[in-house]
Amino acid sequence: MSELSTAVPSSQGVSLWDDAWARLKKNRLALLAATFLILEVLIFFLAPLIAPHSYEVQDLERTMTGPSWRHWFGTDTLGRDLFARVLYGGRVSLTVGILASMVSAIVGVIYGSISGFLGGRWDNLMMRVVDVLYALPFIFLVIILMVYFGRNFMLLFVALGLTQWLTMARIVRGQVLSLRHKEFIEAATVLGIQRKWIIFRHLIPNTLGPVIVYLTLTVPAVILEEAFLSYLGLGIQAPLASWGTLIKEGVDVMDLAPWMLFFPALFLSATLFSLNFLGDGLRDALDPKGAKD
Amino acid sequence: MRLTYLLKRLAVMIPVFFFVVTLVFFMIRFAPGGPFSSEKSVSPAILKNLEMKYHMDEPLVRQYLRYLKDLLKGDLGPSFKHANRTVNEIIAEALPVSVELGLLALMWALVIGITSGGLAALKPNSPFDYIPMTFSLLGICFPTFVVGPILVLIFGVWLEWLPVAGWDTWADRVLPSLTLGFAYAAYISRLTRGGLMEMRVQDFIRTARAKGLTETQILTQHALKGGLLPVISYLGPALAGIITGALVTETIFNIPGLGRFFIESAVNRDYTVVMGTALLFFAHLCL
Repeated sequence: MSELSTAVPSSQGVSLWDDAWARLKKNRLALLAATFLILEVLIFFLAPLIAPHSYEVQDLERTMTGPSWRHWFGTDTLGRDLFARVLYGGRVSLTVGILASMVSAIVGVIYGSISGFLGGRWDNLMMRVVDVLYALPFIFLVIILMVYFGRNFMLLFVALGLTQWLTMARIVRGQVLSLRHKEFIEAATVLGIQRKWIIFRHLIPNTLGPVIVYLTLTVPAVILEEAFLSYLGLGIQAPLASWGTLIKEGVDVMDLAPWMLFFPALFLSATLFSLNFLGDGLRDALDPKGAKD
Repeated sequence: MRLTYLLKRLAVMIPVFFFVVTLVFFMIRFAPGGPFSSEKSVSPAILKNLEMKYHMDEPLVRQYLRYLKDLLKGDLGPSFKHANRTVNEIIAEALPVSVELGLLALMWALVIGITSGGLAALKPNSPFDYIPMTFSLLGICFPTFVVGPILVLIFGVWLEWLPVAGWDTWADRVLPSLTLGFAYAAYISRLTRGGLMEMRVQDFIRTARAKGLTETQILTQHALKGGLLPVISYLGPALAGIITGALVTETIFNIPGLGRFFIESAVNRDYTVVMGTALLFFAHLCL
């Protein structure tokens, strides 16, 4: 990630966002993706009002029926309404995705900004640690964690978040390195402001652009990882479901009830697709000169 | 230069490897449950004998040191669940399967990716461009565990062309490797197209065109060399991704590879097999 073209003093900071918004508005694909995501979030969180059936009530007379007026997306092997299950599954998947990304952002931003701000030997050491951690396949550790410590929700998103903070730390560190010799930081130092306040009040807010971009790209990565775990039977536990568990259930009976695979897979893919497009669009908007990654 | 770099890397990786060994070892030991806490109740006497056989009665630190000592000798210990089999034997059986699957997947990824990316770059903004690019977009958004089942449904269940599970004949290898390679084919296709498009405007390509070479000749003889650089630098991450992706692919297609053993033994709390397979994965990814 190269430095932002607009490393402006914070008094003019607004113009960066206006600029970015103007550029984003021109990117129709990114706007479409954003609209889709907002709609999706609304539908998911209003799920109890929208879904005509509960996600756990079984309609035993209609198990594995195809899409119909009564059950829009059909029913699953236990006669549960698939439409409701996809909505609630999306709620779980998105929640895990967003919370885990938040965890990764918090850890990454703090680590990266401290490393960049201290500079010199400390920076070197802290970045070597990141390099080494890059080589570890965290997903194996997460699998072991999930198996041995039970599949609780908290653990799931903390573990997933901890697999994703490394790139964030690198990005933020790069930003901070380029900012720390700017006049406004020197001014703050001269004024005798404590180091931790310089980091939190002056440096971190100025790295927000790239952080938001990368955050948008982390959410789909985490959703995918969660789905991967759930597919292996190590994620969310019944009666709750995520898209990963729904896809797994769908795969088991796909020759008899293809809709059980189709709808969750459709939603998962559309969401991943939109998040990736929005992320790309935001990157172009916030960092027009920026490098590809 | 190259040698010092390798040595440096190795010097960093050895402590990291030991850190991982230690972490995984204590993580799985401190977790509740054990390999012998199963549904059927075993009499205390038998349990005691079992624990003695596997040195489970010793203090944890002793067990850890014993494990390290054996590890240095290359011995990963006996399996807790597969009676009379050592982890080394299990790995010796499963590793070739996983390596074959991974290499086949990589081959698919390269062949499909470079051909479609090349075609797209040769005729930009034509159906040759749009169709592969749409596919590669799909490839990036559809995870392995969706692609795999869909391929099984189409080619295995509806058309009945290919077997849906197992690992005996060559036909068994087609669907799993294709599934695993699909996402990477998609990405490589985009990289190839991007790399080649960048080459098209270079001076030496203009010279080649001025010499009167056809577009195809320019592509294969001149542009590919430079245009494939991004693909080559992507091979490392791709291989790492394929190793992780194999976990799911092996589960979908019921292939007796390392990934399946890892998951199976993690669920069964077969400590030594989990350790052995996990360490093997770590070692692969570190290199």
